[in-house]
Amino acid sequence: MPEARPMTMFSLTQKAMSAQMVRMNAATSNLANAGSVASSEAEAYRPIRAVFTTELDRASGLASVRSDGLMRSETAPTKRYDPGHPLADADGHVWEAPVDESAEMVEIMESARQYQNMVQALQTAKQLMLETLRSK
Amino acid sequence: MSEAIFGIHGAALEVRSQRMGVLASNIANAATPGYKARDIDFAAALDDRLTRGGDGATVDMFSGADAHTLYRAPTMPTLDGNTVELNREQLAFAENALAYSATLSFVQGKVNTLTRALQGE
Repeated sequence: MPEARPMTMFSLTQKAMSAQMVRMNAATSNLANAGSVASSEAEAYRPIRAVFTTELDRASGLASVRSDGLMRSETAPTKRYDPGHPLADADGHVWEAPVDESAEMVEIMESARQYQNMVQALQTAKQLMLETLRSK
Repeated sequence: MSEAIFGIHGAALEVRSQRMGVLASNIANAATPGYKARDIDFAAALDDRLTRGGDGATVDMFSGADAHTLYRAPTMPTLDGNTVELNREQLAFAENALAYSATLSFVQGKVNTLTRALQGE
């Protein structure tokens, strides 16, 4: 989506932070759904992942990041034999969401780290801008 | 005009500011698949600005450094094609911020000298 106004350090950081937020929300949703079961393979929850793409602003030479929607992973749900379960199908099977908890935790940690990096970079840039502004 | 007063420092400050944007772009795209990290060849960009801006012609703010923006060679290739190495980018960002500060103090010193001369104290 082309933007009318040129990209600045601030809009760049804002976009990067939004993208990281989408990524973190996706990972948190996956964690929340870990261990949830369904009565058929099609109904079972499948983990979602945020997809990032670069957004280059030719006028200023800055490249920001955009989250291009969410992608459902193709992992097959785990089939578990549990005839006592209320959601079990005719054969006594339930389908468990294929969420890898440690992978999701790592995803959240990495996302938080990159978010922090962006904030730090903006702080430095902002401080320098202020110094330049205040010089007489 | 500004060239005569600030010498190399005015141009250097602009290139530094632009390089800061490029490095911030790299940090923002640390998780984008296929993104290639970029950096400005500072010395070449500054040279270019000085030679082209010296005759008083108005220079487009970004045209000079654009030609000197190069792709970074990664230490190790990654599977998703992203060449951003956060430690490297952070280091470059810190170095660039420091250099910006230094250049800014030169510019400020120049302004102070001129103000003092004008006031005649």
